[in-house]
Amino acid sequence: MAGYESHEYDVLVIGAGGAGLRAAIEASARGLRTALVSKSLLGKAHTVMAEGGIAAAMGNVYTEDNWQVHFRDTMRGGKMLNNWRMAQLHAQEAPDRVRELEEWGALFDRTDDGRILQRDFGGHRYARLAHVGDRTGLEMIRTLQQHAVHRGLDVYQEFTVNRLFKDGDRIAGAVGYWRESGELVAFSAKAIVLATGGLGKIWAITSNSWEGTGDGHALAMYAGADMIDMEFVQFHPTGMVWPPSVRGILVTEGVRGDGGTLRNASGERFMFNYVPPMFAAETADSEAEADRWYTDRTARRTPDLLPSDEVARAINSEVRAGRGSPHGGVFLDIASRRDADYIQRRLPSMYHQFKELAGVDITREPMEVGPTCHYAMGGVRVDAETGATTVPGLFAAGEVAGGMHGSNRLGGNSLSDLVVFGRRAGVGAADYAEGVEAMPTLDASAVNERAELVTAPFESDGKENPYAVHEALRDLMQVNVGIIRTESDMQVALSGIHELKARAAAVKVEGGAQYNPGWHLALDLEHMLNVAEAVTTAAIERQESRGGHTRDDFPGPSPEFAKVNVVVRRSEDDGAITATQEPLPQMPAELQRLFEED
Amino acid sequence: MPVARLKVWRGGDDGAYEDYEVEYEEGMVVLDVVHRLQATQTPDLAVRWNCKAGKCGSCSAEINGRPQLQCMQRMEQYPEDEVIQIAPLKTFPLIRDLVCDVSWNYKIAKTIPEFQLTAPDQDGNRRMAQIDIDRGQEFRKCIECYLCQDVCHVIRDHPDNKDDFAGPRFFVQLANVAMHPLDTNPRRDTVDHGFGLEYCNITKCCTDVCPEHIKITDNAIIPLKERRVDEFYDPLRIIGRKFFGKK
Repeated sequence: MAGYESHEYDVLVIGAGGAGLRAAIEASARGLRTALVSKSLLGKAHTVMAEGGIAAAMGNVYTEDNWQVHFRDTMRGGKMLNNWRMAQLHAQEAPDRVRELEEWGALFDRTDDGRILQRDFGGHRYARLAHVGDRTGLEMIRTLQQHAVHRGLDVYQEFTVNRLFKDGDRIAGAVGYWRESGELVAFSAKAIVLATGGLGKIWAITSNSWEGTGDGHALAMYAGADMIDMEFVQFHPTGMVWPPSVRGILVTEGVRGDGGTLRNASGERFMFNYVPPMFAAETADSEAEADRWYTDRTARRTPDLLPSDEVARAINSEVRAGRGSPHGGVFLDIASRRDADYIQRRLPSMYHQFKELAGVDITREPMEVGPTCHYAMGGVRVDAETGATTVPGLFAAGEVAGGMHGSNRLGGNSLSDLVVFGRRAGVGAADYAEGVEAMPTLDASAVNERAELVTAPFESDGKENPYAVHEALRDLMQVNVGIIRTESDMQVALSGIHELKARAAAVKVEGGAQYNPGWHLALDLEHMLNVAEAVTTAAIERQESRGGHTRDDFPGPSPEFAKVNVVVRRSEDDGAITATQEPLPQMPAELQRLFEED
Repeated sequence: MPVARLKVWRGGDDGAYEDYEVEYEEGMVVLDVVHRLQATQTPDLAVRWNCKAGKCGSCSAEINGRPQLQCMQRMEQYPEDEVIQIAPLKTFPLIRDLVCDVSWNYKIAKTIPEFQLTAPDQDGNRRMAQIDIDRGQEFRKCIECYLCQDVCHVIRDHPDNKDDFAGPRFFVQLANVAMHPLDTNPRRDTVDHGFGLEYCNITKCCTDVCPEHIKITDNAIIPLKERRVDEFYDPLRIIGRKFFGKK
């Protein structure tokens, strides 16, 4: 394929979920030529799936709430591995970002006196999540989308970026293709913001859509950027397990918050058997006390609402012990515990989700649930203030960036992360671009070479089907680098990944270049394989259990690993992926004191 | 395993329906069967999708002639020997297979007025009663699947009207701006700037296909039409304008 379109921008934003939209709004508000690249149609990004809300210490429900409390909750939830400065900025700026969304048209649910209502969620000390029923993500993306399209930026939708290009050490542009036509485009750009979201599609059971193939993680690694915390992957304890069409789709924590309880095949409320010593003092030890807690806060909290990593591990253990439900999960029962009216009023979307997608009436029968890969805490290492990565001119925000959430993310902290750091990366990229005098030049021969590689699967002599290779990778990671990990399993995964890399190189694509999903998957496979290797390599390096990383061979947290990030780098020479340990940034004394007060 | 008999549109405008037989499992939806077809028989089959849970509005198609989301149609509703026909949306230009060019909608979106809210209260908050935003929240449930645009005969049967007609999805958005309790954008802009509201003759097809069950006709279109009548065709106002000049 010889020809390609060429375009020049001051700021190129890759990814059009919450973070990318917010970054692009900021860059174009500065009068810079800005492009926004969306892999799907605009407004369909995974942000749309967020249910619970956006965490911000506005103090509308509890006046005691403030940024220090939110900061402390976030750091504790991340088991103190978070980048403290990101957690601080996030807690300080989230309320302004929520008000900004309202200014741009968002209609959050209200308090009785007409202010933005905030709801309780796991790990947050006070009711803090601004929300719209259980469709907050849709509200956020539509608000940002409608604001963005009036700002005069160029949108490239159904467009996939395949590689970033550098001029010396600095970012110079990118090459990608229109999914509709298959035609190639070369961008020259002074600054690039990665906002590509997550990587759940390397596991078999995930809440992520087809887009979550870790493109931004891979693009950053190819460009030589540092990655941190890649071993930390959040498995949400309750995803749907049946029917197959909805396997992995989220069942909100609210079901348990409103009285639902987890049971195994023999009807036992097994969570009472999995209360770790750290939470024993604050957790009920009898069913009677747990049931009293919903209405009587002098009782201790039900173990059904232990932190999500604990619940996910417990469900996993029950299933492995042969005490699971018919389709490989456990039962989540609210039907026998609350009346039908209450369930329909409190959980309308869950009621409809099960009724319409599974044919299950949750007011009459239990749900079947199991852990589902939900969120990547790790990602590109960034500067907290600007979102700058270790590659000059390359910025990152949202799920693709690492550090903000440490080893485990609290519910509600993701939507706020998107707008706080989306805006900051937009400012950072704009400042940087304004300091670059001449538009960088792309190396024409490198662009041509990439163009040939992108179209190579059409000409391949190989016989591999891209869908089959993808399925093999997902099964490999599900079995060997899932919720519970061991060194030996992960070594199996590493060698499996290398075998799959060979198979991916032999993928043959049928059909033409126009809107060909088989071809798109063939190209995404390379990203997924590299990201899977990065996750596995980091997970082998961290010899402890913490947050979203559980090692059967190192079951407890280690004081040594409490002090380090695992940093992953990919060699630009031979593509080798290696992990090293580097000390965590140190929190200043005045913030340290927030934790001593406990 | 049961076998689904599908009739799927393949190719562009000069394409044709192709017959396929696909094994499927209990509990699957139409989109699952299309995905299985893609993974095992037709790797280049073009189909749009994202969330698979009825929340993103990507997988719109015409299934047995009815505009629907492929992810929300369970296989068990079809009798065992029924042939399931899956076609792309008819109202938009076809790209290939089940994917069409919906960019017209994104052009219209740019023309819809933005919110211009009053300044916040002194403490930085804006205050709105829940009851005053209930209607707006209904409009904002829209997932932009464009099934309402697809089914609307104003553009489905008369493509030329696309130059003058925003369509049900955008009437919902116009109503959202018009009915926002703190918006200051002049209302008449939202009803009198060529969005083609007068083309709608209230057949309610849009409401009928909306997967979010938004009462598009009753709650968005009819109130906008009424506002317009109040604004421009109220006899007292017409007389007032004659005597006192246009306000």
